[in-house]
Amino acid sequence: MRARRMMAAVGAAVALLGAACSSNTTAGTAAPTGSSGSTAAPGLGGTAVGFIFVGPKNDYGYNQAAYDGSQAVKAAFPNLKVLTAENVPEDDNATRVMNSMVSQGAKIIFATSYGHLNPAEQVAAAHPDVVVVQQGNIITGTVAPKNMGTYFGTVYEPVYLAGIAAGKATKTNKLGYVYAFPISQSIDNIDAFELGAQSVNPAAKTVVVNTSAWCDPGKQTLAANNLLSQGVDVITQHQDCTATIIKATEAAGKYSVGYHADASALAPKGWLTGSEWNWGPLYTDIVKTILAGNFTGSKYNANYRVGYKTGDNPFVQSKFGPSVTDETKTLMATAKANLAKADFSPFKGPVMDQSGSVIPGFEAGKVPDYATIENLTTFVQGIVGQIPKS
Amino acid sequence: MSLVLDVAAGAVGGGTSILYAALGETISERAGVINLGTEGCMLVGALTGYAVAAMTGNPWFGVVAGAGAGGALAALHAMLVIERKASQLASGLVMLFVGLGITSLFGGSFVSRTINAFTPIALPGLSKIPGLGKVLFDHDALTYLSFLMAPAIWWLLFRSRWGLLIRGAGERGEVLAAYGYSPKTIQYLAVVAGGALAGVGGAQLSTAYTNSWFEGMTAGRGFIAVALVIFAAWDPLKAIAGAYLFGAALALSPALQARGYALNQFALDALPYVITVLVLVVLSRKRLHAAPEGLIRTLANAPVR
Repeated sequence: MRARRMMAAVGAAVALLGAACSSNTTAGTAAPTGSSGSTAAPGLGGTAVGFIFVGPKNDYGYNQAAYDGSQAVKAAFPNLKVLTAENVPEDDNATRVMNSMVSQGAKIIFATSYGHLNPAEQVAAAHPDVVVVQQGNIITGTVAPKNMGTYFGTVYEPVYLAGIAAGKATKTNKLGYVYAFPISQSIDNIDAFELGAQSVNPAAKTVVVNTSAWCDPGKQTLAANNLLSQGVDVITQHQDCTATIIKATEAAGKYSVGYHADASALAPKGWLTGSEWNWGPLYTDIVKTILAGNFTGSKYNANYRVGYKTGDNPFVQSKFGPSVTDETKTLMATAKANLAKADFSPFKGPVMDQSGSVIPGFEAGKVPDYATIENLTTFVQGIVGQIPKS
Repeated sequence: MSLVLDVAAGAVGGGTSILYAALGETISERAGVINLGTEGCMLVGALTGYAVAAMTGNPWFGVVAGAGAGGALAALHAMLVIERKASQLASGLVMLFVGLGITSLFGGSFVSRTINAFTPIALPGLSKIPGLGKVLFDHDALTYLSFLMAPAIWWLLFRSRWGLLIRGAGERGEVLAAYGYSPKTIQYLAVVAGGALAGVGGAQLSTAYTNSWFEGMTAGRGFIAVALVIFAAWDPLKAIAGAYLFGAALALSPALQARGYALNQFALDALPYVITVLVLVVLSRKRLHAAPEGLIRTLANAPVR
């Protein structure tokens, strides 16, 4: 028993050393990359594509959208087996699952949760012939390993549009936002929602409540009840399962803005609009690039972000509810056209923080790039509530 | 509404599922059987309740089915520990994982279903009482039922012949046997009743409080219920206070946040569990005297097995 434990410890140490060495070579010089370039490009020669999801594949939300994307890959590449694993925790279990997919013939792996980044990096380091792409997180450092990349939609753009709908719909000028953890995606979304609402209704405030869980319906009920009792009349969310909050809001006769999936059926009266995923085209194009042997050095071999400016945002606007007026629709259409322009952003400066001072990087007239926006760690002026301190 | 009233109303609404499970576990432990699988019983109750409500259109059928499912899982536990003399703690944990697995296997297709949920009914007159009315008398039918259930179970345990038999089975089964009763049968019934109540608690969570089913949605409430039984010294009436205390701990964080207070989120999220630990540390030595003898023997023997 003791011997086995020691062997495990030694094995872990060796793996760590290996990871450290390989990251040194990739981040170091271009010379070794060139020499190993003579061997086959990463991701070729596999018989399968692997997908791991942090939740169940039918959660009416984030994971279901990713699963649907994996099925689009299956349809587009009938010769490849598509391996999927649900409920994969964001720890060394993810590494284990991905390694087992590699041993089943997968040379391409999609790690679809924000917290799957570290395991994904470990797998990429251990298997230079396997391409691992991660959904939503950011690889830090100057150069991504040549078999690794991250990708995501600019989620905050449709959320900004939804904020316009919310700002026009509210009668109390109080909007509610239920989120899980203060990760950059959520902060961007909350800020963009409030900025969108402000752009048409300067008095609109957004009250934030977090649940410290991607899906805990009991806490969601509490969050919704408390927001409603504070006079909030439009509620949106960044949660993996969305039904509880939307049903509670509808039952109270207030407005819902969706996220992740079209849940308008749950709120026939109060549904305004929302944002939902359509991963199929992007997943398919990533796999196509890899199979052509072109992954290394491509746009996907980095932190790839798509948005309205590139025209292929996988995060799209949901359909409108019955109460959305033509005036609101026109405002949103104008804003959407603006989002496609290079000199416009929901975060075009000046953007003020909650204390009223300009956020560094968001000074007057500046149009911040995607990376700057993703690194935002503050709530903007007009948001009621604090980012929890860890 | 004021902060205090919001937290109090949240405590009652959110504490009800915990209360049902704690009442059930009280009966089970009074008969000498601890069921760590209460969380699993709640989960199968939550899914079955939601599924049957979705299929029949009537949430009451869902509650009955949820009770049945929780009771059935508890019956498996009872068989293992009473008939096969398995370790109660190990068997209970197995029930938890069975519950988790079964519900995630069969639950997927119900995530996107909608049901006719229990909705809050403001009791005429009573709900108009300033403060208290909103806290106690603006809830779903299952919450009102729990107000009656706790004293009813107290009466059952301490004032009825059945209660004497249940407690007898939990203290000294031999004595019952000497009087011609079967302590096994009584234990079976108590454990199944306990699981059924946990199932009702789960069904309250899915068909009334959250109006949705999602995998693992009980999120540890079953374990809080088990800890609560010790806190309440195996007394159904004290369990009410305990359940609402934990409910309040869960309700505090969103209530403060919705009012824009700066606070340490993570400390608040840990609060229910910190309270559990503190209560157990402070009370357990004293409380253990109040425990049924059969339970003390079980717990004392556990590490040896």
